[in-house]
Amino acid sequence: MNSFPIIRVVTKLMIPYILLFGLYVQFHGDFGPGGGFQAGVILASAFILYGLVFGLPAVKAVAPTKVIEKLIALGVLIYAGTGLATTLIGRADGGHGNDHFDHAHADHTHSDVVEMAQANFLDYEALNHDVLHGFLPHGQHLGIFLIELGVGITVTAVMIMIFYCFAGRSERFGQGKGAADAGLQSTAKEATA
Amino acid sequence: MIEYLHFHLPVLPIVIPLMIAPLCVLLGSRHVANVLSLFACWVTFGLSLLLVSRVCELGEISYFLGGWKPPYGIEYAIDPLNSFLMAMIAGMGAIVLTYSGPSLRDEVPKSKHYLFYSLYLLCMTGLMGMCATGDLFNVFVFLEISSLSTYALISLGKTRRAPLAAFQYLIMGTIGATFLLIGIGLLYQMTGTLNMADIGVQLERYRVAAVIVDGIEGPPHWEGSRTMLVAFAFLTVGLCIKMAVFPLHTWLPNSYTYAPSVVTCFVAATATKVSVYAFIRVVFGIFTPEFAFELLPLDTALWSFSLVGIFVASIAAIYQTNIKRRLAYSSIAQVGYMLLGISMANQDGLTAGIVHMFNHGLIKGALFMVVGCFVLRLGSVQMDDWRGAGKTMPWTSLAWAIGGLGLIGVPVTCGFISKWLLLTAAMEDELYLVAALMLISSLLAVIYVWQVVEVLYFSPPSEKAKKATEAPLIMLVTTYVVVAATLVFGVWTTWSAGLAGDAARFLLQGGAP
Repeated sequence: MNSFPIIRVVTKLMIPYILLFGLYVQFHGDFGPGGGFQAGVILASAFILYGLVFGLPAVKAVAPTKVIEKLIALGVLIYAGTGLATTLIGRADGGHGNDHFDHAHADHTHSDVVEMAQANFLDYEALNHDVLHGFLPHGQHLGIFLIELGVGITVTAVMIMIFYCFAGRSERFGQGKGAADAGLQSTAKEATA
Repeated sequence: MIEYLHFHLPVLPIVIPLMIAPLCVLLGSRHVANVLSLFACWVTFGLSLLLVSRVCELGEISYFLGGWKPPYGIEYAIDPLNSFLMAMIAGMGAIVLTYSGPSLRDEVPKSKHYLFYSLYLLCMTGLMGMCATGDLFNVFVFLEISSLSTYALISLGKTRRAPLAAFQYLIMGTIGATFLLIGIGLLYQMTGTLNMADIGVQLERYRVAAVIVDGIEGPPHWEGSRTMLVAFAFLTVGLCIKMAVFPLHTWLPNSYTYAPSVVTCFVAATATKVSVYAFIRVVFGIFTPEFAFELLPLDTALWSFSLVGIFVASIAAIYQTNIKRRLAYSSIAQVGYMLLGISMANQDGLTAGIVHMFNHGLIKGALFMVVGCFVLRLGSVQMDDWRGAGKTMPWTSLAWAIGGLGLIGVPVTCGFISKWLLLTAAMEDELYLVAALMLISSLLAVIYVWQVVEVLYFSPPSEKAKKATEAPLIMLVTTYVVVAATLVFGVWTTWSAGLAGDAARFLLQGGAP
């Protein structure tokens, strides 16, 4: 499609706006409709569009496979890390921990929880802080912001990676022909054995 | 530190592998990934042992994710049943990973090792999570995590058939998971909650209304909530696919056969058992055994499918020349024994079912580990190539013989314990036919295990067996640890049958998760 000037120009014009909209959906997700998943798909669509129009090598120069692979992992790590961080920080207000909502298990509740001020996994109240109050997000807001960031990064990277895998099939089939034949032979051998 | 551990104990065995898995990809070095994942597995194992002891001490432990109370938030509910199973999964995970080194270098290209470690940890996360969670939708999510990583792990296999086997499993597994999701959706629509304990409570009014009316004219018909009936059917069939119960088992032989040996060891030892666990939860925690076994004839259905499955799969196993496939068929048969026990829904039967999940995990794990050793040295899973390997690989062959005895259920091995309990339970329920068929089926196990022993010890060595040397020390030692465990738990049953008995008692007292 590289030879169609209109497509090329329009694509180049649109990509910044797609990216901007993706970022808007990402960072607005903690107040309104949107969030990491949708934003990730939108951001990835910019890359995929670029790849469709300018070819796989062009988009791989922008977002190398290796980097995308690391980003997939990074997003998950941010999400799980946020959860782990909340458990490590703990609640300053002496959270309610695992107090049970019914009394059947009353003997198992930790009465010492309040003093220990343990915060559960992904309990965003643990992220309350006083740095630049009103400017930096904190508490529940910060927690959601962080996990949505993790989701966004992973979804973007996964969508791009899926595109690479499908688009890259023709390349691999070219060089993989010999290997495929060898594989067929080995299965034939197995069948006769 | 201790307080921190105690407080977060229910969630840490899931979070640690979940954190380390992306870290392995991020760092991208196979050596670092190896060390990290070993560390993660053993720490997880340690924590789940601690969890078992905490549950024994305190009873049920509940953990609210994000501090949201159930039924609104996700709850991790640890009780005697799932803590026991989590310890088994983490233990097998750790020991198989320790074993994996040489086998992995032989079967999986080096460039994919870090991905293997990451997937392995994710699979473990999924399986542990399925056990720990008290939220039905969460069960589905963790099932998908473990299944998806298993598909990828299987496709790492050496031959070109591995991706095909993984694809086959993907199709069947997705159908199973979809059925599960439909069932969950229907239950959610009925009760408005996803917490398993709460669903169980909410369903009470539907259960009371549910009866099968003996039609005076025409066949008996169902009166009561049809949605509940359909939900139950979807959940049962979905989980039966995942458990590889006889007519729904077709995905299993190929995936076990073509997966890398290490993957087969871990998956065969844990994956189907966790689905059995989920099934127990659904039947005993949500729908109650009265609904499933008395009102509906699930017990008859289960034990007939189990028995047919045991016979068909055992006979199929006898005719396999590929030893991995032979063990895979044996796995299908063994799931039958677990379900037999569960379908009896009494203390002994349930104990037998649960303890067989544990014992079979050990035995099948050990046998597949032995296969891994042979594959490494002989480069083949065909019985012809194994001929006479008993002379050049005496220790590995001996491990097969001991593990095989466990599979048959010879006294002093742990297989005996589960079969004995099962037999007692069947006698108690006056299911003499079941008991007799079960004993006969054990003879089939003798055949399919002993054919291999004969090939190993009493046949003239094949070309490959002549050149073979004993398996690497690390693989041998870890295999023997598991083999020894099968013997230990055959004699000393406080931890296996004892804990399973606690779990069964807990379930029969209407133990909601």
